Amino acid sequence: MKKLMTGNEAIARGAWEAGLHVAAAYPGTPSTEILENLATYKDICSEWATNEKVALETAAGAAIAGARALAAMKHVGLNVAADPLFTLAYTGVNGGLVIVSADDPGFFSSQNEQDNRLYASHAKLAMFEPSDSQECLDFVKEAFEVSEKFDTPVLFRVSTRICHSKTLVCEGKRNPVPVREYTKNCAKFVMTPANAKCRKYEMEKRIAALEEYSENTPLNRTEYGSKEIGIITSGVSYCHAKEVFGNDASYLKLGFTWPLPEKKIRDFATSVKKIYVIEENEPYLENFVRALGIDCTGRDKLPWVDELSPQTLRSLLLEEKEETSAALDINIPPRPPVLCPGCTHRGFFYEVGKYKDIIVTGDIGCYTLGMVPPLSVTDTVICMGASVSAGSGFRKALDIAGRKEKIFAVIGDSTFFHSGITGLIDAVVNKSAIVVNILDNRITAMTGHQENPGTGHTLMGEETYQVNLKALCMACGVKEENIRLIDPYDLTATREAVKAGYEAKDPFVIITTSPCALIKEVMKKRANMKCKVDEDKCVKCKMCLKAGCPALNWRGGRIYIDRSMCNGCTVCMQICPKHAISKEGE
Amino acid sequence: MKSNDTKNILLVGVGGQGTILASKLLSEGLVRCGYDVKMSEIHGMSQRGGSVTTHVRYGTKVASPVVPLGCADILVAFEKIEAVRWLAYLKKEGTLVVNDYELYSLPVLTGAAEYPEGVTEKLKSAVKNTKCIKAAEIASSLGNIKAQNVVLTGALAKSMNLGHIDWKSVLTDIIPSKMLELNIKAFETGYAL
Repeated sequence: MKKLMTGNEAIARGAWEAGLHVAAAYPGTPSTEILENLATYKDICSEWATNEKVALETAAGAAIAGARALAAMKHVGLNVAADPLFTLAYTGVNGGLVIVSADDPGFFSSQNEQDNRLYASHAKLAMFEPSDSQECLDFVKEAFEVSEKFDTPVLFRVSTRICHSKTLVCEGKRNPVPVREYTKNCAKFVMTPANAKCRKYEMEKRIAALEEYSENTPLNRTEYGSKEIGIITSGVSYCHAKEVFGNDASYLKLGFTWPLPEKKIRDFATSVKKIYVIEENEPYLENFVRALGIDCTGRDKLPWVDELSPQTLRSLLLEEKEETSAALDINIPPRPPVLCPGCTHRGFFYEVGKYKDIIVTGDIGCYTLGMVPPLSVTDTVICMGASVSAGSGFRKALDIAGRKEKIFAVIGDSTFFHSGITGLIDAVVNKSAIVVNILDNRITAMTGHQENPGTGHTLMGEETYQVNLKALCMACGVKEENIRLIDPYDLTATREAVKAGYEAKDPFVIITTSPCALIKEVMKKRANMKCKVDEDKCVKCKMCLKAGCPALNWRGGRIYIDRSMCNGCTVCMQICPKHAISKEGE
Repeated sequence: MKSNDTKNILLVGVGGQGTILASKLLSEGLVRCGYDVKMSEIHGMSQRGGSVTTHVRYGTKVASPVVPLGCADILVAFEKIEAVRWLAYLKKEGTLVVNDYELYSLPVLTGAAEYPEGVTEKLKSAVKNTKCIKAAEIASSLGNIKAQNVVLTGALAKSMNLGHIDWKSVLTDIIPSKMLELNIKAFETGYAL
């Protein structure tokens, strides 16, 4: 019986069926569930890596040793892993190596919209692009075969709509592939300049062989309907095109997209009247088609920002307008994501926000939401780890300009382990007097609660060593007297730590120590803890609303607290100047 | 072959309201009935109180996982203002199932934006087939407000004429046993509305 599966579940299932031995990833939407699903198969060693570079190197080492290995990451994660990526294309593999890149056209949960198909052509990696969950499962199995047959790492490119859409899938059985023999081979795996040069010539031969594969694989197939329009497409764009054009067009549906099949494209182009290239973001296929001297419609009509949808194709290619229900004359209030009620970050941001001369360099995680009004704390967010290093750069520039603002870098526990630690070492050694605030909530929260080096558990649920953040910061060179550990629910302690950091002349670290309010055990423990407003004492000054807590409500001229949301964190209670808010439950 | 018989359902709500479970029940029922089903969820920041949407499409052969604008046969809104936000997805003669329930976003809570008055009335006048359901109230009276998603799923099943599906067995296989009885009641109540 067919089952509904997300693309991520199907990738995990396909990899398991392909006999996968080792998998590593750093969590990142929309890729996270690939490893979470792989972890349910106990015959695979699945790990959360400290960052994407570590994940890819772990998988690469396993593959060179002879295992079938997979690394998964979101699109921006591949930037972190780009260093090993490019050179692995030179070394090739032993056991199969598949690298999943989950791109995010439409910016659903990312800081940019880069199209990682360009990595395949840049690094010279065989690339697969599935269009639905069944193809995720089938293609990942084929990807391991191709990796081993052609001695190449494979880039497996998916997008949010593939990862998080459910479509029907037929499951198969696991192929119990043994770990291959490993024989020392310096010429292949030690990339000194001389060896690398030889390997680059080998790559050329591999590319020629892959070009032949691309011409012959059924993954690149034609589907003939009307020959008035011929559509060249890949990934989820194929589904949208099929939705809109149905049998009124023919299709060259590409599932293997590097190297591209030149002859197949030429043959298809001569068999139809005009060519549409339908793809999201970069004109990756289109540039190739145009380089062959084939005229086509593509980026001249389709947008290069945002994901595609059936209606964009319909309106931009067919110039049809949808009939929709009448729009209402209602001003729709926005619903931005916010820090959860009871979030451990709220009090910290509240206290930092009191200083008008603190510049906050932010980072990737829940605490990015410190930028949302009324907290409105955060000046920059660039990428994982940039809070600390960009903070150092900011400091230098301000010093040169003779400006006195203080720099507070704000980063989470997982993000600090990912790439904040290098920035901290840099700040200490280069004497950047910044305050690094590690908002440690004992979990990788934004992506849905994954383990990290600070949590004491592995992805497979085993207990493990727990990295001590304070000791780590001291080892990075931060003086012990310049480190504060605080409970961020305690505003007095938070205020004092922020003040000490503000006045410090050396690199300073504040570590908050309360676990995320959404961790199951925490929710259980705090289930009966609530705050309530004493109507008689409340003077309606609305100071408490400055906490930006969704459990606090200003309506009908009074403040009240939504008991179903409140977890008794008491931040509002501590803010209230009239002591009109009290706490119940322990 | 444009997938003409494909039916389109759009579920919209706020993170934490249980839209994902509702769409899971729905799509599971449709799969068991032999339909081709595609479903697409956007839940990147849903846990942080953002707006969430799930697309469910079914028929003989479904192409895109995304409901095209103006093509939803039914729009199920778990919160009133979300119905307004996503109304353009509803086709002209489509059905709107709206939960008579307000959830205030932070800009509303802090007084930076206003939650509009008279939303239900305006929806009713704009969409002929509007079913306004007090799902939260019903679920609370059955014992747990959280079952409002299943009340709405029942109402949805009725509106889409999906009575031939064995919903009880779908619920039994998906809902944890200690919550099952409540949810079966919630479904049946929603279906009977």
